[in-house]
Amino acid sequence: MTNEKYNIREYLAFLGSLMLEDKKSVFVGTGLPIIAAMLAQKTHAPNLLIVFEAGGIGPMIPELPVSVGEGRTFYKGIMASSMHDIMSLSQAGYIDYGFLGAAQMDYYGNLNTTVIGDHDHPKTRLPGSGGAADVGSFSDKLIIIAAKQSKQTFVNKIDFLTTAGYLDGPGARENAGLPKNTGPYRIVTQLGIYGFDKESKRVELVSVHPGETIESIKENSSFDIIIPKKYGASPVPPPEYLRLLREEIDPTGIVLGK
Amino acid sequence: MEVLSEGKGELIGWHDPDEARSWVKNNKSRELKNKLMAAKEAVELFVHDGDYIASGGFGHVRVSMAIIYEIIRQKKKNLAMAGKTAVHDLDVLIGSGCVNKVEPAYSFGHELRGLSPAGKRMVESGECKILAEISNAGYQWRFLAGMMGLSFIPSRTLLGTDTLKYSSFKTVKDPYTGNPIVLIPAAYPDCAFIHVHRCDVYGNAQIDAIAVEDFELARCARRLIITTEEIVDNDVIRDEPWRTVIPFFCVDAVVEVPYGSHPCEMPGLYFYDEEHISEWLGMAKTNDGVQTYLQKYVFGVAGFEEYLDLCGGIKKINYLKRREALREPMIAPWRK
Repeated sequence: MTNEKYNIREYLAFLGSLMLEDKKSVFVGTGLPIIAAMLAQKTHAPNLLIVFEAGGIGPMIPELPVSVGEGRTFYKGIMASSMHDIMSLSQAGYIDYGFLGAAQMDYYGNLNTTVIGDHDHPKTRLPGSGGAADVGSFSDKLIIIAAKQSKQTFVNKIDFLTTAGYLDGPGARENAGLPKNTGPYRIVTQLGIYGFDKESKRVELVSVHPGETIESIKENSSFDIIIPKKYGASPVPPPEYLRLLREEIDPTGIVLGK
Repeated sequence: MEVLSEGKGELIGWHDPDEARSWVKNNKSRELKNKLMAAKEAVELFVHDGDYIASGGFGHVRVSMAIIYEIIRQKKKNLAMAGKTAVHDLDVLIGSGCVNKVEPAYSFGHELRGLSPAGKRMVESGECKILAEISNAGYQWRFLAGMMGLSFIPSRTLLGTDTLKYSSFKTVKDPYTGNPIVLIPAAYPDCAFIHVHRCDVYGNAQIDAIAVEDFELARCARRLIITTEEIVDNDVIRDEPWRTVIPFFCVDAVVEVPYGSHPCEMPGLYFYDEEHISEWLGMAKTNDGVQTYLQKYVFGVAGFEEYLDLCGGIKKINYLKRREALREPMIAPWRK
């Protein structure tokens, strides 16, 4: 997608923010998820409860945090807590949305952030789960931002299943012992927004971004994306959202670029 | 209880609960005694070749860097480290050759700053071994089980994942629900180091920030070195005992190191030194670069104060304080 009015990362942050509702809680990961949550809080979801895995609860984030454990993540918060507290709250059902970035994904929304290639003889070693596999286990609705959808990132088989999506299909999460009524909810990429088919739990198109087509969406995936009869057009960001992103949330352009 | 599956990862730092209790009885004194010492002495006494070590804080936040540098200076070998979101500390320890085994929850990455060249390279070459995979909650609860004197703690995390298959955990049938549940084994690191805002000479410590995992880590570690921004009188602790996060009887050494988290953040006091982290990320791209860095900042200085001078001294410290207080703009010299 090319558009002179905004770049793709700004657009992803905007779309991510729209998925977060007011008066709900969200457990956010590093980068675009934090930015999307900050944007939601400054616009349509002023009472969004932002939670960070290392212990920050309900901060008024003054500046884009580089780490999900730094002082900015509990700045003017309601509590500077601990990882045990946050992970326990998550396991007990207090987290509505989980929000993560991902490198590699399959058609059930399973994510890999551990290794490219063989685990014991890696081609590329990645950081690992961090809190991702825990958020993926516990969140009611997991939102995934995959900035670079391609045949290499949307794959039939991921090299390592770091974080659980719908595992190998309907009922698999419950059979494995994961909490009921949890799992991936939305995926946002540079081409479109996706959800999951109710019956098969496979990736299904929700809307296509301006300037993109069904063909570009299909071409940039190794697996077949379900295209329903009715799908939407992704919204265009209002100028105020873009102003907030550029002037207040990431003025240095660290994540969003310049 | 029926064991449904077992992770293929190597279990490190686990002890039988009775053995753990007797270790506490024999090694953790309840005597209120002065434990103030230098970083050099603390590392000589409590970090040994082959130990399983753990660092407090989170990523680049509230890290006991003075102890990390001292471990490198003393050329400790064959250390295994808890990768409980261990980033900069782990990266320099792997780069220096001190750590060659890790159990990573989140490692080899610097969050927004990108992947860490040294740790990643040495894992890919096989010089640093991955003992087992784990998640942040997983590590947290390994420490919790250890702190509680139990052999494991149950959890519903990781079920169905390869992270679990490559972990040191077991999955059993929950005798109450009948569903699969994960048993997370206790961890008792041989030595942990935690940086705090203030502490008395006995080791009673306060943290003016999120505790992350340090409440539990302090209580399960066999040896614990506290580094502190300042030493306060015992009365300061007793005036507000609800602020104590770590009690003296868990602590083996107290080291006074102002700015001791540099180049990492100390919440409320000073921000990350992005210039310094960026310098490391650049130099860590090659083994020669790592050696040049270590020669300059670790072996080439007598201790932490000399290191700070080399990093920009009081001028840099004052800048980092203003940055923490949101009085200087954000910079990102590592950004491509």
